[in-house]
Amino acid sequence: MNIIVCAKQVIDVSEMKVDSSTKKPILQGIPQKISDIDKNAMEEAIKIKEKHGGKITVITIGPSDAKERIKELLAMGADEGVLVAPPDKFDYFVVSNLLAIAIKNIGEYDIILCGEASIDMFSGQAGPRLAGLLGIPQITYAQNLAVDKDKVTADRNMGDTAVTTESSFPVLITVTKEINEPRLPSLMQILGAANKPINEMTADSLKSGLNPKVEMLELKGVSMERKNIVYKDDIDESVGKLVDSLAKEGVLR
Amino acid sequence: MVLVYSDDKKITFELLNKGNEIAKELGEKLIAIIIGKPDDTLSQEYISYGADNVFVAETDIDQFKAEEYSVYLENIIKETGSETIIIGSNKNGKELASRLAGRLDVGCIIDCTNIYLKDKKLTTERVVYSGNAIAVEQFNSSPAVVTVPSKVFDPLPKDDKRKGDITKKKFDVEKSASKILKVQEMKTEGVNVEDAEIIVSCGRGFKNKEDIKMVQELADAIKGKTVGCSRPIAADLKWLSEDHWIGLSGHKVKPKLYIAAGISGQIQHIAGMRDSGIIVAINKDPEALIFKSADYGIVGDLYEVLPKLTSAVKDKIG
Repeated sequence: MNIIVCAKQVIDVSEMKVDSSTKKPILQGIPQKISDIDKNAMEEAIKIKEKHGGKITVITIGPSDAKERIKELLAMGADEGVLVAPPDKFDYFVVSNLLAIAIKNIGEYDIILCGEASIDMFSGQAGPRLAGLLGIPQITYAQNLAVDKDKVTADRNMGDTAVTTESSFPVLITVTKEINEPRLPSLMQILGAANKPINEMTADSLKSGLNPKVEMLELKGVSMERKNIVYKDDIDESVGKLVDSLAKEGVLR
Repeated sequence: MVLVYSDDKKITFELLNKGNEIAKELGEKLIAIIIGKPDDTLSQEYISYGADNVFVAETDIDQFKAEEYSVYLENIIKETGSETIIIGSNKNGKELASRLAGRLDVGCIIDCTNIYLKDKKLTTERVVYSGNAIAVEQFNSSPAVVTVPSKVFDPLPKDDKRKGDITKKKFDVEKSASKILKVQEMKTEGVNVEDAEIIVSCGRGFKNKEDIKMVQELADAIKGKTVGCSRPIAADLKWLSEDHWIGLSGHKVKPKLYIAAGISGQIQHIAGMRDSGIIVAINKDPEALIFKSADYGIVGDLYEVLPKLTSAVKDKIG
Protein backbone atom coordinates (compact mmCIF):
# COMPACT_ATOMS: atom_id res chain seq x y z
CA MET A 1 0.00 0.00 0.00
CA ASN A 2 1.50 3.34 -1.03
CA ILE A 3 0.39 6.14 1.22
CA ILE A 4 1.04 9.85 0.85
CA VAL A 5 0.60 12.24 3.77
CA CYS A 6 0.31 15.97 3.12
CA ALA A 7 1.57 17.90 6.13
CA LYS A 8 1.83 21.64 6.69
CA GLN A 9 4.24 23.57 8.83
CA VAL A 10 2.36 26.24 10.78
CA ILE A 11 3.15 28.76 13.48
CA ASP A 12 2.08 27.85 16.99
CA VAL A 13 -1.01 30.06 17.02
CA SER A 14 -1.24 30.03 20.82
CA GLU A 15 2.11 31.90 20.92
CA MET A 16 0.89 34.53 18.49
CA LYS A 17 0.53 38.16 19.57
CA VAL A 18 -0.92 41.29 18.05
CA ASP A 19 1.22 44.45 18.01
CA SER A 20 -0.78 46.90 20.13
CA SER A 21 0.34 50.00 18.21
CA THR A 22 0.12 48.80 14.58
CA LYS A 23 -2.72 46.29 15.24
CA LYS A 24 -0.84 43.84 13.01
CA PRO A 25 -0.31 40.24 14.06
CA ILE A 26 3.31 39.43 14.82
CA LEU A 27 4.26 36.35 12.80
CA GLN A 28 8.05 36.55 13.09
CA GLY A 29 9.92 34.58 15.71
CA ILE A 30 7.01 32.36 16.66
CA PRO A 31 7.74 28.64 17.08
CA GLN A 32 6.82 26.45 14.12
CA LYS A 33 5.20 23.04 14.27
CA ILE A 34 3.41 20.47 12.15
CA SER A 35 -0.27 21.35 12.06
CA ASP A 36 -1.90 19.21 14.78
CA ILE A 37 -4.43 17.38 12.63
CA ASP A 38 -1.79 16.52 10.02
CA LYS A 39 -0.13 14.46 12.75
CA ASN A 40 -3.37 12.51 13.08
CA ALA A 41 -3.18 11.89 9.32
CA MET A 42 0.40 10.67 9.79
CA GLU A 43 -0.59 8.36 12.66
CA GLU A 44 -3.39 6.87 10.57
CA ALA A 45 -0.94 6.26 7.70
CA ILE A 46 1.35 4.34 10.07
CA LYS A 47 -1.58 2.23 11.29
CA ILE A 48 -2.48 1.35 7.70
CA LYS A 49 1.12 0.46 6.92
CA GLU A 50 1.35 -1.70 10.05
CA LYS A 51 -1.60 -3.73 8.76
CA HIS A 52 -0.95 -3.83 5.03
CA GLY A 53 2.73 -3.00 4.58
CA GLY A 54 3.91 -0.49 1.99
CA LYS A 55 5.51 2.89 1.99
CA ILE A 56 4.63 6.27 3.48
CA THR A 57 5.80 9.45 1.77
CA VAL A 58 5.18 12.79 3.46
CA ILE A 59 4.97 15.96 1.38
CA THR A 60 5.30 19.47 2.74
CA ILE A 61 5.10 22.72 0.81
CA GLY A 62 7.17 25.09 2.89
CA PRO A 63 10.42 26.90 3.58
CA SER A 64 13.71 25.07 4.20
CA ASP A 65 13.29 25.06 7.99
CA ALA A 66 10.27 22.80 7.49
CA LYS A 67 12.87 20.05 6.98
CA GLU A 68 13.10 19.77 10.76
CA ARG A 69 9.35 19.21 10.95
CA ILE A 70 9.50 16.52 8.26
CA LYS A 71 12.15 14.78 10.38
CA GLU A 72 9.60 14.55 13.19
CA LEU A 73 7.21 12.74 10.83
CA LEU A 74 10.00 10.46 9.60
CA ALA A 75 10.71 9.64 13.25
CA MET A 76 7.03 8.81 13.78
CA GLY A 77 7.17 6.32 10.91
CA ALA A 78 7.20 7.92 7.45
CA ASP A 79 9.70 6.37 5.03
CA GLU A 80 10.53 9.35 2.90
CA GLY A 81 9.99 13.10 2.83
CA VAL A 82 9.44 15.58 0.02
CA LEU A 83 9.88 19.29 0.71
CA VAL A 84 8.86 21.76 -1.95
CA ALA A 85 9.85 25.40 -1.44
CA PRO A 86 6.92 27.54 -2.62
CA PRO A 87 7.34 30.62 -4.84
CA ASP A 88 7.36 34.05 -3.15
CA LYS A 89 3.61 34.44 -3.53
CA PHE A 90 1.28 31.51 -3.20
CA ASP A 91 -2.33 30.61 -2.49
CA TYR A 92 -4.36 27.39 -2.41
CA PHE A 93 -4.22 27.25 -6.23
CA VAL A 94 -0.41 27.28 -6.22
CA VAL A 95 -0.06 24.89 -3.28
CA SER A 96 -2.55 22.34 -4.60
CA ASN A 97 -0.83 22.35 -8.01
CA LEU A 98 2.57 21.83 -6.40
CA LEU A 99 1.17 18.98 -4.31
CA ALA A 100 -0.44 17.40 -7.37
CA ILE A 101 2.78 17.51 -9.41
CA ALA A 102 4.89 16.24 -6.52
CA ILE A 103 2.41 13.37 -6.07
CA LYS A 104 2.45 12.51 -9.77
CA ASN A 105 6.25 12.41 -9.59
CA ILE A 106 6.06 9.91 -6.74
CA GLY A 107 4.09 7.60 -9.02
CA GLU A 108 1.59 4.97 -7.95
CA TYR A 109 -0.34 5.63 -4.75
CA ASP A 110 -3.40 4.19 -3.02
CA ILE A 111 -4.29 6.67 -0.31
CA ILE A 112 -3.55 10.36 0.22
CA LEU A 113 -4.13 11.45 3.82
CA CYS A 114 -4.57 15.05 5.00
CA GLY A 115 -5.80 16.71 8.18
CA GLU A 116 -9.36 18.10 7.93
CA ALA A 117 -7.85 21.60 8.09
CA SER A 118 -4.62 23.29 9.16
CA ILE A 119 -4.85 24.94 12.54
CA ASP A 120 -3.53 28.31 11.35
CA MET A 121 -6.00 29.04 8.52
CA PHE A 122 -8.61 26.35 9.34
CA SER A 123 -10.00 26.47 5.84
CA GLY A 124 -10.06 22.76 4.95
CA GLN A 125 -9.58 23.59 1.31
CA ALA A 126 -6.29 21.87 0.46
CA GLY A 127 -7.48 18.24 0.75
CA PRO A 128 -10.71 18.24 -1.31
CA ARG A 129 -9.17 20.73 -3.73
CA LEU A 130 -6.26 18.36 -4.36
CA ALA A 131 -8.70 15.46 -4.88
CA GLY A 132 -10.56 17.54 -7.48
CA LEU A 133 -7.34 18.43 -9.23
CA LEU A 134 -6.19 14.80 -9.30
CA GLY A 135 -9.67 13.61 -10.26
CA ILE A 136 -9.88 10.99 -7.51
CA PRO A 137 -12.65 10.30 -4.95
CA GLN A 138 -12.56 12.13 -1.63
CA ILE A 139 -13.60 11.15 1.86
CA THR A 140 -13.68 14.12 4.23
CA TYR A 141 -13.91 14.44 8.03
CA ALA A 142 -13.09 10.79 8.71
CA GLN A 143 -13.32 9.87 12.40
CA ASN A 144 -12.62 6.24 11.86
CA LEU A 145 -11.10 4.24 8.99
CA ALA A 146 -11.25 0.55 8.12
CA VAL A 147 -8.78 -0.23 5.36
CA ASP A 148 -9.03 -3.47 3.36
CA LYS A 149 -6.83 -4.66 0.50
CA ASP A 150 -8.86 -2.93 -2.18
CA LYS A 151 -11.16 -0.49 -0.38
CA VAL A 152 -11.54 1.80 2.58
CA THR A 153 -14.61 2.51 4.72
CA ALA A 154 -14.85 5.66 6.79
CA ASP A 155 -17.20 7.04 9.41
CA ARG A 156 -17.52 10.75 8.84
CA ASN A 157 -18.76 13.54 11.06
CA MET A 158 -20.76 15.83 8.80
CA GLY A 159 -22.25 17.99 11.53
CA ASP A 160 -25.96 17.12 11.51
CA THR A 161 -25.35 13.62 10.21
CA ALA A 162 -22.89 10.76 10.58
CA VAL A 163 -22.10 9.37 7.14
CA THR A 164 -20.38 6.09 6.36
CA THR A 165 -18.58 6.21 3.01
CA GLU A 166 -16.68 3.52 1.13
CA SER A 167 -14.22 3.99 -1.72
CA SER A 168 -11.84 2.05 -3.89
CA PHE A 169 -8.27 3.30 -4.42
CA PRO A 170 -6.84 5.75 -5.16
CA VAL A 171 -8.67 8.01 -2.73
CA LEU A 172 -7.95 11.17 -0.78
CA ILE A 173 -9.03 11.12 2.86
CA THR A 174 -9.12 14.00 5.35
CA VAL A 175 -9.18 13.01 9.01
CA THR A 176 -10.38 14.73 12.19
CA LYS A 177 -8.56 14.97 15.49
CA GLU A 178 -10.67 12.22 17.10
CA ILE A 179 -9.45 9.51 14.73
CA ASN A 180 -6.41 8.60 16.82
CA GLU A 181 -3.76 9.75 19.27
CA PRO A 182 -0.52 10.50 17.36
CA ARG A 183 2.42 8.52 18.75
CA LEU A 184 5.52 10.08 20.24
CA PRO A 185 8.62 8.69 18.54
CA SER A 186 11.24 6.90 20.66
CA LEU A 187 14.80 8.17 20.90
CA MET A 188 15.89 5.34 18.57
CA GLN A 189 13.30 6.41 16.01
CA ILE A 190 14.40 10.04 16.25
CA LEU A 191 18.01 9.01 15.64
CA GLY A 192 16.95 6.65 12.85
CA ALA A 193 15.05 9.43 11.07
CA ALA A 194 18.36 11.13 10.29
CA ASN A 195 19.08 8.37 7.75
CA LYS A 196 15.76 8.63 5.95
CA PRO A 197 15.74 10.59 2.69
CA ILE A 198 14.18 14.05 2.30
CA ASN A 199 13.88 15.20 -1.29
CA GLU A 200 14.15 18.96 -1.45
CA MET A 201 13.01 20.85 -4.50
CA THR A 202 11.81 24.27 -5.60
CA ALA A 203 8.40 25.13 -6.99
CA ASP A 204 10.05 26.31 -10.21
CA SER A 205 11.64 22.93 -10.78
CA LEU A 206 8.16 21.34 -10.69
CA LYS A 207 6.29 23.97 -12.69
CA SER A 208 7.36 27.47 -13.48
CA GLY A 209 5.03 30.45 -13.65
CA LEU A 210 2.48 29.34 -11.06
CA ASN A 211 0.90 32.60 -9.94
CA PRO A 212 -1.74 32.90 -7.22
CA LYS A 213 -5.38 33.49 -8.19
CA VAL A 214 -6.04 35.18 -4.87
CA GLU A 215 -3.91 37.91 -3.34
CA MET A 216 -3.69 38.90 0.30
CA LEU A 217 -4.41 42.62 0.57
CA GLU A 218 -4.10 42.94 4.30
CA LEU A 219 -3.79 40.94 7.50
CA LYS A 220 -5.56 42.77 10.30
CA GLY A 221 -4.80 41.86 13.89
CA VAL A 222 -7.69 41.24 16.24
CA SER A 223 -6.62 41.93 19.77
CA MET A 224 -8.72 40.60 22.58
CA GLU A 225 -8.84 43.10 25.41
CA ARG A 226 -9.98 41.41 28.59
CA LYS A 227 -9.98 42.66 32.16
CA ASN A 228 -8.00 39.67 33.47
CA ILE A 229 -9.18 40.10 37.06
CA VAL A 230 -8.38 36.82 38.79
CA TYR A 231 -9.45 36.02 42.35
CA LYS A 232 -7.00 33.64 43.95
CA ASP A 233 -7.74 33.84 47.65
CA ASP A 234 -10.24 32.08 49.81
CA ILE A 235 -12.91 30.46 47.62
CA ASP A 236 -15.86 31.94 49.53
CA GLU A 237 -14.37 35.39 49.24
CA SER A 238 -13.55 34.90 45.54
CA VAL A 239 -17.07 33.71 44.80
CA GLY A 240 -18.53 36.73 46.61
CA LYS A 241 -16.33 39.15 44.67
CA LEU A 242 -17.13 37.47 41.36
CA VAL A 243 -20.88 37.62 41.91
CA ASP A 244 -20.62 41.31 42.86
CA SER A 245 -18.58 42.04 39.74
CA LEU A 246 -21.01 40.17 37.49
CA ALA A 247 -23.93 42.04 39.03
CA LYS A 248 -22.18 45.35 38.34
CA GLU A 249 -21.58 44.27 34.74
CA GLY A 250 -25.33 43.80 34.45
CA VAL A 251 -25.17 40.17 33.37
CA LEU A 252 -26.96 38.77 36.43
CA ARG A 253 -30.67 39.24 36.33
CA MET B 1 -23.68 35.75 -13.76
CA VAL B 2 -23.54 35.29 -10.01
CA LEU B 3 -24.41 31.81 -8.74
CA VAL B 4 -25.62 30.93 -5.26
CA TYR B 5 -25.82 27.37 -4.00
CA SER B 6 -26.36 25.60 -0.70
CA ASP B 7 -28.10 22.35 0.20
CA ASP B 8 -29.41 24.26 3.23
CA LYS B 9 -32.12 26.59 1.94
CA LYS B 10 -31.85 28.90 4.95
CA ILE B 11 -28.24 29.66 4.02
CA THR B 12 -29.28 30.09 0.39
CA PHE B 13 -31.82 32.76 1.44
CA GLU B 14 -29.05 34.65 3.28
CA LEU B 15 -26.59 34.37 0.40
CA LEU B 16 -29.21 35.55 -2.12
CA ASN B 17 -29.27 38.94 -0.37
CA LYS B 18 -25.53 39.50 -0.72
CA GLY B 19 -25.49 37.85 -4.16
CA ASN B 20 -28.21 40.26 -5.27
CA GLU B 21 -26.11 43.24 -4.18
CA ILE B 22 -22.99 41.98 -5.97
CA ALA B 23 -24.89 41.02 -9.14
CA LYS B 24 -26.45 44.49 -9.34
CA GLU B 25 -23.06 46.13 -8.94
CA LEU B 26 -21.64 43.93 -11.71
CA GLY B 27 -24.69 44.45 -13.91
CA GLU B 28 -25.27 40.70 -13.94
CA LYS B 29 -28.12 38.35 -13.06
CA LEU B 30 -28.29 36.37 -9.81
CA ILE B 31 -29.01 32.68 -10.27
CA ALA B 32 -29.97 30.30 -7.46
CA ILE B 33 -29.07 26.67 -8.05
CA ILE B 34 -30.97 23.54 -7.15
CA ILE B 35 -29.35 20.14 -7.62
CA GLY B 36 -31.90 17.34 -7.42
CA LYS B 37 -35.52 16.81 -8.28
CA PRO B 38 -37.27 19.88 -9.76
CA ASP B 39 -39.01 21.75 -6.96
CA ASP B 40 -41.13 24.66 -8.19
CA THR B 41 -42.11 25.74 -4.68
CA LEU B 42 -38.49 26.04 -3.62
CA SER B 43 -37.57 27.71 -6.92
CA GLN B 44 -40.26 30.37 -6.40
CA GLU B 45 -39.05 30.84 -2.81
CA TYR B 46 -35.51 31.52 -4.05
CA ILE B 47 -36.92 34.10 -6.46
CA SER B 48 -38.95 35.68 -3.64
CA TYR B 49 -35.74 36.01 -1.63
CA GLY B 50 -33.83 37.80 -4.37
CA ALA B 51 -32.81 35.39 -7.16
CA ASP B 52 -33.37 36.69 -10.70
CA ASN B 53 -33.48 33.15 -12.06
CA VAL B 54 -33.27 29.59 -10.81
CA PHE B 55 -31.26 26.87 -12.47
CA VAL B 56 -32.26 23.31 -11.64
CA ALA B 57 -29.77 20.56 -12.42
CA GLU B 58 -32.23 17.68 -12.60
CA THR B 59 -31.01 14.44 -11.10
CA ASP B 60 -32.28 11.43 -9.22
CA ILE B 61 -29.20 11.46 -6.99
CA ASP B 62 -30.46 12.24 -3.53
CA GLN B 63 -27.27 11.74 -1.54
CA PHE B 64 -24.65 14.41 -1.47
CA LYS B 65 -21.28 13.48 -2.91
CA ALA B 66 -18.85 16.30 -3.60
CA GLU B 67 -17.40 14.34 -6.53
CA GLU B 68 -20.74 14.40 -8.37
CA TYR B 69 -22.13 17.73 -7.16
CA SER B 70 -18.95 19.53 -8.23
CA VAL B 71 -19.46 18.25 -11.79
CA TYR B 72 -23.06 19.55 -11.80
CA LEU B 73 -21.83 22.94 -10.64
CA GLU B 74 -19.05 22.94 -13.22
CA ASN B 75 -21.64 22.28 -15.95
CA ILE B 76 -23.92 25.04 -14.66
CA ILE B 77 -21.02 27.51 -14.49
CA LYS B 78 -20.17 26.77 -18.13
CA GLU B 79 -23.81 26.81 -19.24
CA THR B 80 -24.52 30.19 -17.60
CA GLY B 81 -21.09 31.75 -18.13
CA SER B 82 -20.85 32.57 -14.43
CA GLU B 83 -17.77 34.07 -12.84
CA THR B 84 -18.85 34.52 -9.22
CA ILE B 85 -19.86 31.39 -7.30
CA ILE B 86 -21.11 31.75 -3.73
CA ILE B 87 -21.61 28.52 -1.79
CA GLY B 88 -23.02 27.99 1.71
CA SER B 89 -20.29 27.06 4.16
CA ASN B 90 -21.59 23.98 5.88
CA LYS B 91 -19.38 20.87 5.78
CA ASN B 92 -20.85 19.72 2.45
CA GLY B 93 -20.45 23.19 0.98
CA LYS B 94 -16.82 23.52 1.99
CA GLU B 95 -15.68 20.27 0.45
CA LEU B 96 -17.83 20.94 -2.61
CA ALA B 97 -16.36 24.42 -3.19
CA SER B 98 -12.81 23.19 -2.62
CA ARG B 99 -13.20 20.29 -5.03
CA LEU B 100 -14.88 22.50 -7.61
CA ALA B 101 -12.00 24.99 -7.38
CA GLY B 102 -9.56 22.12 -7.88
CA ARG B 103 -11.42 20.85 -10.95
CA LEU B 104 -11.62 24.32 -12.49
CA ASP B 105 -8.13 25.20 -11.17
CA VAL B 106 -9.42 28.59 -9.98
CA GLY B 107 -9.19 30.71 -6.85
CA CYS B 108 -11.27 29.81 -3.81
CA ILE B 109 -11.74 31.22 -0.32
CA ILE B 110 -13.53 29.28 2.41
CA ASP B 111 -15.56 30.69 5.33
CA CYS B 112 -15.78 34.33 4.29
CA THR B 113 -17.19 36.67 6.93
CA ASN B 114 -17.67 39.37 4.32
CA ILE B 115 -17.62 39.60 0.51
CA TYR B 116 -17.72 42.75 -1.60
CA LEU B 117 -16.40 44.30 -4.78
CA LYS B 118 -13.34 46.51 -4.56
CA ASP B 119 -12.04 47.97 -7.81
CA LYS B 120 -14.61 45.65 -9.44
CA LYS B 121 -12.77 42.61 -8.09
CA LEU B 122 -14.32 40.17 -5.65
CA THR B 123 -12.80 40.82 -2.23
CA THR B 124 -13.26 38.76 0.91
CA GLU B 125 -12.56 38.77 4.61
CA ARG B 126 -12.07 35.70 6.74
CA VAL B 127 -10.96 34.93 10.26
CA VAL B 128 -7.54 33.27 10.48
CA TYR B 129 -5.03 32.27 13.17
CA SER B 130 -7.78 31.13 15.55
CA GLY B 131 -9.40 34.55 15.57
CA ASN B 132 -6.19 36.51 16.07
CA ALA B 133 -6.37 38.06 12.61
CA ILE B 134 -8.63 38.84 9.69
CA ALA B 135 -7.27 38.20 6.20
CA VAL B 136 -8.51 40.57 3.50
CA GLU B 137 -8.04 38.83 0.15
CA GLN B 138 -8.88 39.63 -3.44
CA PHE B 139 -9.39 37.53 -6.55
CA ASN B 140 -7.25 38.52 -9.55
CA SER B 141 -8.96 35.96 -11.80
CA SER B 142 -12.29 34.28 -12.45
CA PRO B 143 -14.33 32.24 -11.91
CA ALA B 144 -14.07 33.02 -8.21
CA VAL B 145 -15.42 30.49 -5.71
CA VAL B 146 -16.25 31.53 -2.15
CA THR B 147 -18.09 29.93 0.74
CA VAL B 148 -19.98 31.89 3.41
CA PRO B 149 -21.21 30.39 6.72
CA SER B 150 -24.78 30.73 7.97
CA LYS B 151 -25.80 33.92 9.79
CA VAL B 152 -23.12 36.09 8.18
CA PHE B 153 -25.77 37.87 6.10
CA ASP B 154 -29.46 38.42 6.78
CA PRO B 155 -31.97 37.36 4.13
CA LEU B 156 -33.96 39.99 2.23
CA PRO B 157 -37.61 40.33 3.22
CA LYS B 158 -39.58 37.76 1.24
CA ASP B 159 -41.34 39.28 -1.76
CA ASP B 160 -43.81 36.84 -3.33
CA LYS B 161 -44.48 39.19 -6.22
CA ARG B 162 -40.99 38.83 -7.63
CA LYS B 163 -40.83 36.94 -10.91
CA GLY B 164 -38.01 35.00 -12.50
CA ASP B 165 -37.22 32.23 -14.97
CA ILE B 166 -36.73 28.66 -13.91
CA THR B 167 -34.40 26.64 -16.15
CA LYS B 168 -34.29 22.87 -15.82
CA LYS B 169 -31.57 20.78 -17.38
CA LYS B 170 -30.15 17.28 -17.13
CA PHE B 171 -26.41 16.67 -17.30
CA ASP B 172 -24.46 13.51 -17.84
CA VAL B 173 -22.45 13.04 -14.69
CA GLU B 174 -20.11 10.15 -14.13
CA LYS B 175 -20.76 8.28 -10.89
CA SER B 176 -18.07 8.59 -8.25
CA ALA B 177 -16.06 5.54 -7.21
CA SER B 178 -17.09 6.29 -3.63
CA LYS B 179 -20.28 4.89 -2.13
CA ILE B 180 -22.39 6.11 0.75
CA LEU B 181 -23.27 3.11 2.91
CA LYS B 182 -25.14 4.77 5.75
CA VAL B 183 -26.43 8.17 6.83
CA GLN B 184 -27.49 8.62 10.44
CA GLU B 185 -28.88 11.67 12.15
CA MET B 186 -26.36 12.88 14.69
CA LYS B 187 -27.52 12.55 18.27
CA THR B 188 -28.41 16.00 19.54
CA GLU B 189 -29.97 17.35 22.68
CA GLY B 190 -31.58 20.21 20.78
CA VAL B 191 -29.29 22.83 22.26
CA ASN B 192 -28.68 26.03 20.35
CA VAL B 193 -25.50 27.51 21.80
CA GLU B 194 -25.11 29.98 18.94
CA ASP B 195 -28.16 31.99 19.97
CA ALA B 196 -27.70 31.63 23.74
CA GLU B 197 -27.32 34.76 25.86
CA ILE B 198 -25.67 33.03 28.79
CA ILE B 199 -23.53 29.92 28.51
CA VAL B 200 -21.87 27.85 31.21
CA SER B 201 -19.27 25.56 29.68
CA CYS B 202 -17.37 22.55 30.93
CA GLY B 203 -14.06 20.96 29.96
CA ARG B 204 -11.50 18.35 30.91
CA GLY B 205 -11.48 19.50 34.52
CA PHE B 206 -14.59 17.39 35.12
CA LYS B 207 -13.86 13.88 36.35
CA ASN B 208 -17.19 12.18 35.64
CA LYS B 209 -20.09 12.60 33.26
CA GLU B 210 -22.49 12.94 36.20
CA ASP B 211 -20.59 15.97 37.51
CA ILE B 212 -21.73 18.02 34.53
CA LYS B 213 -25.01 18.55 36.38
CA MET B 214 -23.12 21.14 38.47
CA VAL B 215 -22.78 23.20 35.29
CA GLN B 216 -26.47 22.82 34.50
CA GLU B 217 -27.35 23.93 38.02
CA LEU B 218 -25.27 27.09 37.68
CA ALA B 219 -26.73 27.74 34.22
CA ASP B 220 -30.24 27.38 35.65
CA ALA B 221 -29.42 29.71 38.53
CA ILE B 222 -28.27 32.49 36.18
CA LYS B 223 -31.37 31.79 34.08
CA GLY B 224 -29.04 30.92 31.20
CA LYS B 225 -29.98 27.27 30.92
CA THR B 226 -27.46 26.70 28.16
CA VAL B 227 -24.58 24.32 28.71
CA GLY B 228 -21.57 24.35 26.43
CA CYS B 229 -18.37 22.36 26.41
CA SER B 230 -14.90 22.10 24.93
CA ARG B 231 -13.74 19.51 22.41
CA PRO B 232 -12.83 16.62 24.75
CA ILE B 233 -16.27 16.52 26.40
CA ALA B 234 -18.20 16.28 23.10
CA ALA B 235 -15.77 14.71 20.66
CA ASP B 236 -13.61 12.38 22.74
CA LEU B 237 -15.56 11.48 25.87
CA LYS B 238 -18.99 12.06 24.26
CA TRP B 239 -20.47 13.10 27.63
CA LEU B 240 -22.45 15.77 25.80
CA SER B 241 -23.77 15.80 22.22
CA GLU B 242 -21.94 17.87 19.63
CA ASP B 243 -24.53 20.65 19.66
CA HIS B 244 -22.90 21.71 22.97
CA TRP B 245 -19.39 21.88 21.47
CA ILE B 246 -17.85 25.34 21.33
CA GLY B 247 -14.65 25.93 19.37
CA LEU B 248 -13.01 26.15 16.01
CA SER B 249 -14.52 22.90 14.73
CA GLY B 250 -17.57 23.18 16.96
CA HIS B 251 -19.92 26.15 17.31
CA LYS B 252 -18.95 29.80 17.47
CA VAL B 253 -20.82 31.67 20.18
CA LYS B 254 -21.21 35.24 21.41
CA PRO B 255 -23.32 35.26 24.58
CA LYS B 256 -23.41 38.21 26.98
CA LEU B 257 -21.87 36.02 29.66
CA TYR B 258 -19.63 32.99 29.11
CA ILE B 259 -18.48 30.95 32.08
CA ALA B 260 -15.74 28.38 31.41
CA ALA B 261 -15.35 25.80 34.17
CA GLY B 262 -12.47 23.35 34.04
CA ILE B 263 -11.50 24.45 30.54
CA SER B 264 -7.78 24.92 29.97
CA GLY B 265 -8.24 27.51 27.23
CA GLN B 266 -6.68 25.94 24.16
CA ILE B 267 -6.60 28.41 21.29
CA GLN B 268 -9.14 26.31 19.35
CA HIS B 269 -11.67 26.73 22.16
CA ILE B 270 -10.96 30.45 22.54
CA ALA B 271 -11.64 30.89 18.81
CA GLY B 272 -15.19 29.69 19.40
CA MET B 273 -16.04 32.03 22.29
CA ARG B 274 -13.77 35.06 21.96
CA ASP B 275 -16.62 37.31 20.84
CA SER B 276 -18.51 36.76 24.12
CA GLY B 277 -19.42 39.79 26.25
CA ILE B 278 -18.05 38.93 29.67
CA ILE B 279 -15.86 35.84 30.01
CA VAL B 280 -15.42 34.12 33.38
CA ALA B 281 -12.92 31.33 33.99
CA ILE B 282 -12.80 28.80 36.80
CA ASN B 283 -9.70 26.64 36.92
CA LYS B 284 -7.51 25.17 39.62
CA ASP B 285 -4.34 25.86 37.64
CA PRO B 286 -3.38 29.54 38.07
CA GLU B 287 -1.27 29.25 34.90
CA ALA B 288 -4.18 27.98 32.76
CA LEU B 289 -4.36 29.80 29.40
CA ILE B 290 -8.06 30.47 29.90
CA PHE B 291 -7.32 33.25 32.41
CA LYS B 292 -5.59 35.28 29.67
CA SER B 293 -8.86 35.34 27.74
CA ALA B 294 -11.08 36.03 30.74
CA ASP B 295 -12.47 39.19 32.31
CA TYR B 296 -12.91 37.50 35.66
CA GLY B 297 -11.44 34.33 37.03
CA ILE B 298 -11.37 32.22 40.12
CA VAL B 299 -8.39 30.00 40.83
CA GLY B 300 -9.82 27.00 42.62
CA ASP B 301 -11.19 23.49 42.39
CA LEU B 302 -14.37 23.64 40.32
CA TYR B 303 -15.89 20.97 42.58
CA GLU B 304 -15.74 23.50 45.39
CA VAL B 305 -16.26 26.70 43.40
CA LEU B 306 -19.29 25.73 41.28
CA PRO B 307 -21.73 24.79 44.07
CA LYS B 308 -20.73 27.90 46.04
CA LEU B 309 -21.08 30.11 42.98
CA THR B 310 -24.49 28.61 42.22
CA SER B 311 -25.78 29.33 45.69
CA ALA B 312 -24.22 32.81 45.77
CA VAL B 313 -25.91 33.63 42.46
CA LYS B 314 -29.24 32.34 43.82
CA ASP B 315 -28.83 34.55 46.90
CA LYS B 316 -28.05 37.55 44.74
CA ILE B 317 -30.83 37.33 42.21
CA GLY B 318 -33.29 35.27 44.22
